[in-house]
Amino acid sequence: MFNWLQYFADWLIYSVFSVSDQSHLGQALNFFVFDTLKIFLLLFVITTVMGIVNSYFPVDKVRNFLSRNKMYGLEYLFASSFGVITPFCSCSSVPLFIGFVKGGIPLGMTFTYLITAPLVNEVAIAIFAGTFGFKVTALYVGTGIILGILGGFTLGQLKLEKHLTPWVQNIIIHAQTEEELLEDKLGIWQRMPSILKEAFSIVKGVSPYIIIGIAIGGLMHGFLPTGFFEQYINKGQWYAVPLAVIMGVPMYSNAAGVIPVVQVLVAKGVPLGTAIAFMMGVIGLSLPEAMLLKKVMNTKLIAIYFGTIAFFMMLSGYLFNIIL
Amino acid sequence: MKKNIKVFGTGCPKCKTTYNNVLEALKLSGMEADVIKVEDIQEMMNYNILSTPVLMIDEVAKIKGRAPSVNEIRELLLES
Repeated sequence: MFNWLQYFADWLIYSVFSVSDQSHLGQALNFFVFDTLKIFLLLFVITTVMGIVNSYFPVDKVRNFLSRNKMYGLEYLFASSFGVITPFCSCSSVPLFIGFVKGGIPLGMTFTYLITAPLVNEVAIAIFAGTFGFKVTALYVGTGIILGILGGFTLGQLKLEKHLTPWVQNIIIHAQTEEELLEDKLGIWQRMPSILKEAFSIVKGVSPYIIIGIAIGGLMHGFLPTGFFEQYINKGQWYAVPLAVIMGVPMYSNAAGVIPVVQVLVAKGVPLGTAIAFMMGVIGLSLPEAMLLKKVMNTKLIAIYFGTIAFFMMLSGYLFNIIL
Repeated sequence: MKKNIKVFGTGCPKCKTTYNNVLEALKLSGMEADVIKVEDIQEMMNYNILSTPVLMIDEVAKIKGRAPSVNEIRELLLES
């Protein structure tokens, strides 16, 4: 699918710049050009597609759908899948949380959505697809959806309402199903300019991180021998997976840059399950989000919430290390 | 008539961009308006806001969940 890009990278580095394809520098540069182009292409396509979906199915509609339909557990699957298609910014997590519980959506399902929305987002999908290929991306997305369902369901069973701040508890008591929304009657061509503009601004926003990430990845790719990390990190160490998740949490804002680097780590011998656990920690859990959530829940609940997600992330890390 | 503009946001970068773009758009178009920045969650909930930032002109939500450009805000100001 991306052969033509590889030809272009080969041509540019080996012919135009006449850097030898045997040299470390040549391989590093080739990797950098090929990966950068591929990721930016994918990022633009995926953010545009997500933008179109989202334009017709915004988060207000998701909330109303979940609030009106009770489907004996199947709604968790919906909540989690909706988390994938709607864009999410951690600064929206609080209004979203309140909006959901206000619409009578159970706490567990709200958590499901809150887990999946940041974990499986358009930027992560595009960079995953560009670095690890579509198979690993599908695995990541699938795991993210299941993780959201299990995490939200578990949290829902714990009866955590008492740990919410009092005014939020008050909202839950007065919760009611939301009314119909006024719909935009715009056609797709009228929507396209703002969708493309938004896609472009997302790409622009993460591009420095991606370029730095790929540059570091390119250097490691060209200069480190295959299997280099295997002696340090391997499947035999039980503590590698938990450590990976915990190390990932503070790196939130650099998710776009971290993935290309991790891809090289995997190519040089780090187990894929450990790497996925690490990236889930990076993308799905963030300290700024925890700080924001303090407005709606107490510290104990935030700890339970993060702990539960981290537990399932570690579990999937171990699982991938066993089956892959 | 003087317009009433509200920018809802929890203080994230996008919300700040929106607020600054509104001020810039007003300056460029020479229009006058009361611009209010709403950061209080409880007040936000009265307006049923799910994703921030939200740009509201005369109590109608025009933009939800993204930061509009200066030009886009100018067009919105002119048509409303």
